[in-house]
This record gives sequence, C-alpha cells and structure tokens, in this order.
Amino acid sequence: MKRRGGIGRTCAESLALAALSASCAGAPSIFSSAGSAAHRIGVLGWILTSIAIAVTVIVAAVLLGALVRSRAGQGEEVQRARGGVRWIVIGGVIAPAVILVAAFLFSVLTQSALADSPLRTMPTVQVIGHRWWWEVRYPDAPGQPVVSANELHVVAGRRVRLELTSADVIHSFWVPRLAGKTDLIPGQHNTMWMEADRPGTFWGECAEYCGVQHAHMNLVVVAETPEQHDAWLAAQNAVANAPTDSVAKRGQIVFERAACASCHTVRGSKAQGRIGPDLTHLESRRTIAAGTFPNTRGNLAGWIANAQTLKPGSGMPTIALPAADSRALLAYLETLR
Amino acid sequence: MHLRRVVATRYAKRAVLIALAAAAAGACGDARGAPALKVEGGDAARGERAIAAYGCGTCHMIPGIREATGMVGPPLTAFARRTIIAGRMPNTADALVRWIRTPQEVDPGTAMPDLNVTERDAKDIAAYLYTLR
Repeated sequence: MKRRGGIGRTCAESLALAALSASCAGAPSIFSSAGSAAHRIGVLGWILTSIAIAVTVIVAAVLLGALVRSRAGQGEEVQRARGGVRWIVIGGVIAPAVILVAAFLFSVLTQSALADSPLRTMPTVQVIGHRWWWEVRYPDAPGQPVVSANELHVVAGRRVRLELTSADVIHSFWVPRLAGKTDLIPGQHNTMWMEADRPGTFWGECAEYCGVQHAHMNLVVVAETPEQHDAWLAAQNAVANAPTDSVAKRGQIVFERAACASCHTVRGSKAQGRIGPDLTHLESRRTIAAGTFPNTRGNLAGWIANAQTLKPGSGMPTIALPAADSRALLAYLETLR
Repeated sequence: MHLRRVVATRYAKRAVLIALAAAAAGACGDARGAPALKVEGGDAARGERAIAAYGCGTCHMIPGIREATGMVGPPLTAFARRTIIAGRMPNTADALVRWIRTPQEVDPGTAMPDLNVTERDAKDIAAYLYTLR
C-alpha cells in the first residue's frame, strides 16, 4: 500500500503551505530580513549565533585536548602544575561574564533602537487577535475606517505603527522578515512599528500558543507602492456591490437567512455580524481561514461546506445546506471582490 | 540419457508455467486483480500539485495529500479500484476527466462545483487518483 516514499510524502505535505507562501518570497526567517526593524534583529541573531558556535567549538576543542593529554599518560600533578586554576578563572568566569554582558548590552541597544521611533507621526493599523484569526483595521483610511482580516497592507519603505490588542486570549504578532514579536493582550494596547523596505508579501503568524488552532493563525503582510496602497484602500472602503447574477442573488439570501450573517459583516448589505471576519472584500484576500488555505474557489467551497473538519474548534460552524444553496452561497461570496 | 531427458522436460514445463503465471499477473496489472487504469497524457506528479492548487482536499479526503482531509464529498481512497464514479458512470479515464472538469453538466445539481479545471490539469489529477490502489 505504501508506494509513496518519504520524500514524495514530505513534498506533498509542504504543498499547501508552499502554494500559500509561493508569493511570499523567501522563507519566513529572521535571517532574511526585509525591513529596518527586522534587519537589526537579524544582526543581533547572527552575533548571538556566532558567539554560541564559537564557544561550543572552543569548549569542545579544550575538552578533546584534555582527554588526549590525559590518555597520553600526563597525570593529575602535571595538570595542576600547568595552572589549572587559571584556566577555570579565565575560561569559566571572566570570559563568560564578558561575553554575556556584551551580548546583553547589544540586546538592550537593539531593543531601544527598535522602540525609539516617533510613533505618533506614523499611520496606524489596528490588529486585534481572535481565536484564530486576525482582525485588521485602518482607522486613518479616508472615508469610513477599513476593516479586513488576515491580511495587512502597508506602503513599502514607510514605517507603520501597529496597535495590538486581543479579543480573547493572549496572542503574539510575528512577521519574522519585518519585525520582532509583540504580544496582543486583552484589555491592553501594545504598540510597535514595522517597515518593509521593498514591495512584496511576507508571511506572519501567531507566536504565542493560544489554543488548538494556534498553528492555523497566520497572516500575510502585503507591502505595496503608495499608488497601489491608495487604490487598495479605496477599493476596501467601498461597500459590497449587490449581486446581479440570479444564482449569486439567491446566495445572498442564503447568506442572510442561514447563520452566516449573524457572525459576518458584508458592508452594504443586511449582514452586520461582528463575531467573524468582515467579508465585504473576501475575494481580494490571498488566503481563507487565517492563512490555512489559499483563497481558491475549491477551498472556499469546502470551507463553507464543512469548516469544522478543516479547522476543528474554530468559530466557524459546520452548517449542512442543500447543495444548490451552498453553490449559490459560493457564487455570492465570489462577488465580494 | 533417458533420466536426463525427463529432468529437462520437467524443468521446461516449470519454466512454461512460471512464464504463464507471470503473463497472467501482468495482464491483471495488479496483484488484487484490478484493471490498470491509465490516463493518456496524464502526469500524476503534476496532478498532485494541481489537487492542492484547486483545493479538492477541503471536500475530499485524498491519500498522500496531507491537507486533503475534507469530509464533504466521498473520500477518494483506492480510487483506481472504484468501478463507479459520481454515482453513475463507469470509472474510465474519459469519464473521470469529464467529471472533474464539468460536474454540473454531468450531474446537474450535484454539490460538487465546477472549478474551471483545465483539460491538462484534469488529466493530471485523474492520473494521480489512478495511483491510489
């Protein structure tokens, strides 16, 4: 039965994620930074890693040397005569103290550099953690505030101030290539800044264990040119167009009569639920279910048909609908561009 | 001489039997006796990627694809041994490709949506499904 080898299986497993992050150039690693904050953290990371490697190599070399010498028959008295105490004082006390203090100072300097930025002058984006998705609000957008989910749009080369809080438990916002982690704490507003130095998409995730679907709480940061960003904001600001197609019209009725509308908002329609993500421009997003699946027609169909088998425990219930209703619902959701 | 001839004949008979058995097994294509299903021009490795890209796995459980854990439609286990697909057609390559591409045309009203699958992708997906024995 097991025809598929280990490598084949591993490839298949990484496929969905690869498809999702295909547009997210580069692995989400602190060592491939793409912004000024992440760059400083990357430098600190390299320095600490280099120190750790150097210490490991030196200690291993000294240990090996000691073993070889004692095997060669040079006994205890010889070692004592050669100043074993000096080795312990220098290698075991002074050197670690110097290295640790230097590493600590460098960490503090990095942290203060990251904190020291005139946050007030930057555009603000509010990020609210939910189990298990990200609500993203743009209070500075012209017109009414823009509300989206699981996707954060910024202007490349421009710092943005993030205001972070949580609606339920503690989460942590982490986009490894752009900035360090900051916790989202209920009842508290933490701030940080972030900057992408070039246009692109960057993978982010929750970095504080927050429940069964913690691993499926991802987001995509989209860095774009100022023109693209303005166009995107304007498009997001618009209310949803009423569907014209008869199947999609039927889908809208299903959406508003079935449970969908009690949790989801579609601006410009009767649906004003506030529990789940705002779906006004669902089709403009790259992923669904907080980075769990690429936003394709097939994935969306499966997600609305039986979310609980795909993301067990999530707030999205499985509601059995007649086939015609679920296809109509799919057609309606696809009009939310 | 006589003894040698008898032994030689016995070996020859055995060789013929083994050859026949091998030919029979080959004709069946599979030890379980399932007919070998093939898709002309289908690439199973591409099909595996296509399945992930279209998102078949949110509705179907598909062996070998980790994210394919869906419980909306039937699980596609042992697909190469199925005799009927879509509840109505014999499991042939042509029928399967047609079903993957245009389920609403084959069975209007079915829950399986048309996903605008291209001919090539449908062939590749079918080729992958036929690796599932």
